[in-house]
Amino acid sequence: MNNVKILAVVAGATLLAAVAYKTLAPADHSADNTILIGVAGPFSGQEAGFGEQFRRGALKAVDDLNAQGGVLGKPLTLALGDDACDPKQARTVAEDLASKKVAFVAGHFCSGSSIPASEVYAENNILQISPASTNPKLTERGFANVFRTCGRDDSQGKVAAQYVIAKLPGKKVAVLDDKSAYGQGLADEFAANLTAAGVVPVMRESIAAGEKDYSALVSRLKEAQADIVYLGGYKTEGGLIVRQMRDQGMTATLMGGDGLVTEEFWAITGPAGQGTLMTFSPDPRLLPRNADLVAFFRARNYEPEAYTLYTYATIQAWAQAVAKAGTLDSKAVADTLRASQFDTAIGTIGFDSKGDVAGPTYVMYVWKDGKYTYAE
Amino acid sequence: MEYFLQQVINGVTLGGIYGLIAIGYTMVYGIIGMINFAHGEVYMLGAFTALIAFLAATLLGGADSALGLAIALVATMGFTALWGWAIERVAYRRLRKAPRLAPLISAIGMSVVLQNFVQVTQGARVKPLPPVVHGGFTLMQAGTFKVDLSWLQIGILLLTLALMAGFTWVITKTPLGRAQRATQQDAKMAALLGIDVDRVISTTFVIGAALAGVAGLMVTLYYGVIDFYIGFLAGIKAFTAAVLGGIGSLPGAMLGGLLIGLIEALWSGYFSIEYKDIAAFSVLILVLLFRPSGLLGRPDVEKV
Repeated sequence: MNNVKILAVVAGATLLAAVAYKTLAPADHSADNTILIGVAGPFSGQEAGFGEQFRRGALKAVDDLNAQGGVLGKPLTLALGDDACDPKQARTVAEDLASKKVAFVAGHFCSGSSIPASEVYAENNILQISPASTNPKLTERGFANVFRTCGRDDSQGKVAAQYVIAKLPGKKVAVLDDKSAYGQGLADEFAANLTAAGVVPVMRESIAAGEKDYSALVSRLKEAQADIVYLGGYKTEGGLIVRQMRDQGMTATLMGGDGLVTEEFWAITGPAGQGTLMTFSPDPRLLPRNADLVAFFRARNYEPEAYTLYTYATIQAWAQAVAKAGTLDSKAVADTLRASQFDTAIGTIGFDSKGDVAGPTYVMYVWKDGKYTYAE
Repeated sequence: MEYFLQQVINGVTLGGIYGLIAIGYTMVYGIIGMINFAHGEVYMLGAFTALIAFLAATLLGGADSALGLAIALVATMGFTALWGWAIERVAYRRLRKAPRLAPLISAIGMSVVLQNFVQVTQGARVKPLPPVVHGGFTLMQAGTFKVDLSWLQIGILLLTLALMAGFTWVITKTPLGRAQRATQQDAKMAALLGIDVDRVISTTFVIGAALAGVAGLMVTLYYGVIDFYIGFLAGIKAFTAAVLGGIGSLPGAMLGGLLIGLIEALWSGYFSIEYKDIAAFSVLILVLLFRPSGLLGRPDVEKV
């Protein structure tokens, strides 16, 4: 009786494994007439909302390019790689995309994922353009195949510090980070710029991401009488901290970087998030040229916020570079990316010798009634 | 002083939640001598049930009424109790006579199954709940530093105390409690004397799961953000609390929970926030070095 059961279980498991292998097995795309490109980001886990921005932007970009006849006369297909913002998983995803021979990768989202993944792409000679990873280190290590269409945390931290110095003089500032490559880098830049201008933070602490209880931290901020709490980190921790500050009767303003740019932040905070400040690049949704694009997403009940259009623009820039270079060869495309200007959804952009985008600076946004707008 | 008091309030609230989860670990261990590693996931299921109940109540327009809260509480306890019963029935009962390692592995498997079940059915994203219970009052003020106590914190403390008192009474004074204690001492003898051991064990799982469900509801209300993974960390902390207090001891679980909560809050309040878990676990190691059976646990008597 028991043996029969075990047999049935084993048979079932084998069947499942076979099906799984069939759907997951890498398909060789070099033979047929499509070009496979990769999109890597957190499609699961805490930052899945940002992954969704990537996915939506990339799908639309591929559809639009295919409608115009594809790239080099071939249609594009998309391979998704889910790194869950975990550095280890990012490496695995990168290996997987490399084994599928993708022509290029738009990704990853978290700097902590992009940096280890970029090593895999460099070894396999695959072009990587991150729409969102802002840690300076990504492009500082001399890889010729790494680009990004977003800004860098040294300029992001500086813009935030300048805002505090110019608009909020005499306020006590506490600086926190979540120990991630992105969060720590950004908080360090911010604190360094503040200190250089003579404003010494009243507190500099690291928090553990993924925790739910920050009440002890909030009491400490209250004791330090912080007026501004700067967080280098993502929206879940930011949302929890601001919510628990209000619970303890604290009125301090939360300030952060592009890790807060998602409507999910407001879903967590509710009205407690009112007045939260954050730095992000100028909003491409406001560009007149993107009116149709934005309308397309909204008609499908999706707000193309934050990195949606950045991902779209990343794929546009790559497609234009390939068309100009006339080849998929990553070296030739990389050279073209550095040499030319590209007309994309985030405006006309070019890349410098490191692979950083020449163009978008950071501006300050403020959260108000569930939306964010430019702060004065 | 005021600052200290505020941190104590933070710690006690957190500790109460840990304590409620720890009771489930300690009761199951007390009766069948096994660590139910799926218990943290039951707490997570409780949090999700509470979230769904509150969202439904919001749709009906009564989330912040006392009735809405009571219905959510009963629904959560009932649902997690059912899960607790089902887990024991499916994953542990048949292994009761097996070597000790088998149910342990079955428990870890159950934990993985439940986590993935919720991830697949509810999605991997964090689930926020807008604040349901608002407000609080300022307990005392020194200079600009105000010691705040929210209604929610008071509610968590009162509910925790009430449940603790209730279940201590059940264990010490009722026929069910007597049967549980008898089963704990000698399951075979208890069965010979007419106690339905299976039923007693099932009831223990049901009670532990219901308490974990309450903890899940409190967390949903207090922090307002949950995801499918919260059971893991909370489970580890609560298990630590149970071991610290003396596994198998009901007051020990509560004491352990409060201690872990307080250590975390005070360590982050006065030293480094980064290292609060290290502080909590160091205390655990120290206690186990000098009192291997925990603070309130009784040492195992070797039966000859």
